[in-house]
Amino acid sequence: MLVVEDIHTYYGESHALQGVSLEVKAGEVVCLLGRNGAGKSTTLKSIMGIVSPRRGRIVFEGEEIQGRPAHWIARHGIALVPEDRRIFAGLTVQENLDVAQARRPPGERRWSLERVFDEFPMLAELRDQDGGTLSGGQQQMLAIARALVTEPRLLLLDEPNEGLAPVIVQQIGALIDRLAETTTILFTDQSVPFALKHASRGYILQKGRVVYQGSIETIRNDPEVQERYLSVA
Amino acid sequence: MESFLAALLNGLEIGLLLFVIAVGLNIIFGVLGVINFAHGGLYMLGAYLTYTLVSRGGLPFWPALLLAPLAVAILAIVLERLVLRHVYGRHVTDSLLLTFALLLIIDDAVRMIWGSGIQVVTPPPGLRGATSALGFSYPVYSFFVMGVAIAVMAALWLFFTRTRAGRVIRAAAIDRDMAQTIGINVPLVITGVFALGAWMAALAGVVAAPMRAINPGMGDRIIIDSFIVVVIGGLGSFPGTLAGALVLGMIYAFGGRFLPELNLVLPYIGMALVLLLRPQGLMGRRTG
Repeated sequence: MLVVEDIHTYYGESHALQGVSLEVKAGEVVCLLGRNGAGKSTTLKSIMGIVSPRRGRIVFEGEEIQGRPAHWIARHGIALVPEDRRIFAGLTVQENLDVAQARRPPGERRWSLERVFDEFPMLAELRDQDGGTLSGGQQQMLAIARALVTEPRLLLLDEPNEGLAPVIVQQIGALIDRLAETTTILFTDQSVPFALKHASRGYILQKGRVVYQGSIETIRNDPEVQERYLSVA
Repeated sequence: MESFLAALLNGLEIGLLLFVIAVGLNIIFGVLGVINFAHGGLYMLGAYLTYTLVSRGGLPFWPALLLAPLAVAILAIVLERLVLRHVYGRHVTDSLLLTFALLLIIDDAVRMIWGSGIQVVTPPPGLRGATSALGFSYPVYSFFVMGVAIAVMAALWLFFTRTRAGRVIRAAAIDRDMAQTIGINVPLVITGVFALGAWMAALAGVVAAPMRAINPGMGDRIIIDSFIVVVIGGLGSFPGTLAGALVLGMIYAFGGRFLPELNLVLPYIGMALVLLLRPQGLMGRRTG
């Protein structure tokens, strides 16, 4: 479904990604592991078109998408939930969803607002509240819901657990498991336990390069790899 | 009492018209991050096009009210696509210099085309003369100006709160990159917002044409007034723009009537006071 081939992404002169390659097959849940600054966010942003790789190819469902603007990529089936959630403060919860909703006939929607509010009953209660006033966990749920209403076939989640209470992390894990039945998912994390529960395969990034790939179990059973490349959870 | 009421009406009229101009400036800043000096030039073009269509072309006023703002909006689309687009994301001084240059070019183009004298447009039949409906004599046309401004204000409010396009513009103003990430074509939104702001400035120019002296300095004058409005009201605040515009309108109206010798400096004193006491403006949010 998604093939990333040797992409090099720069921020100004800083060479953030130095030849990242990875693949996500339809129906998979894949995790991108690595410490802070390893290039995980930049990889997701490159796929989403927020930053454009200078070299390399990104192929989504058979079509090259590198260099396309983010809104084009969003309308062609990829959604990103950024690390800092980026809820539109000043818009209500419902308005945050409205502006993101894909423009298509209601019959062709998988994520109507009704279905979103069924999946996230908490958001239904908060629908008229300013998005900027939500708690961290509520903002994360809204950020995921906002991504879903764009009708993605591939969902990118950047450190969905960061800064959240254990009970919310559990909820997000359960949500990923449910979404995985219909949506392909690529998410990032700094440590193994969450990935082990919810992803089938993983890549480890370090300093803008893929240094390891394989099943999450292999990573778990290899303390040396964990110690060298990951944060201790 | 009568002169007080007349000054109040006059302040409302100046303030409401200023609102229509300054709110466009404010929306453009919110979405583009550009302080648009050329905004005054677009207002002036609205007035001059009205002069050409009505006083020279013999067209009635009403079609001019539709055509002139439309023509200026189209010009704005061209300016945004060809010129402004290149300075987004750069330091704000770059866009200031660029739009200031655009204002100077518009000023000189106006002098070349229409000359540097004062031009006049007469109000449409039915809006001429004065009415004594309030117990004293007041120009009918002034009520028309207030009516147009209030209609624009109501339409804008409905647009931004009740329509998807309005909400999309608000989202793009809050976080441009995130808006793009959820599928909003932000470059298109930016062009649309610039055209909308230009349309409002030109509409104000058309409406002002029959009651103000049309001259090549009117754009410079109005952009300074609009900046004062935005400073008083707060950058990025809709109600603030209205408050700032009304405050400045009242300063002009009451100052002109009761303190005529101070009338030219009063607006600046007001602006300086706001900057000293409440730098974010009456209703602006504190930043940084």
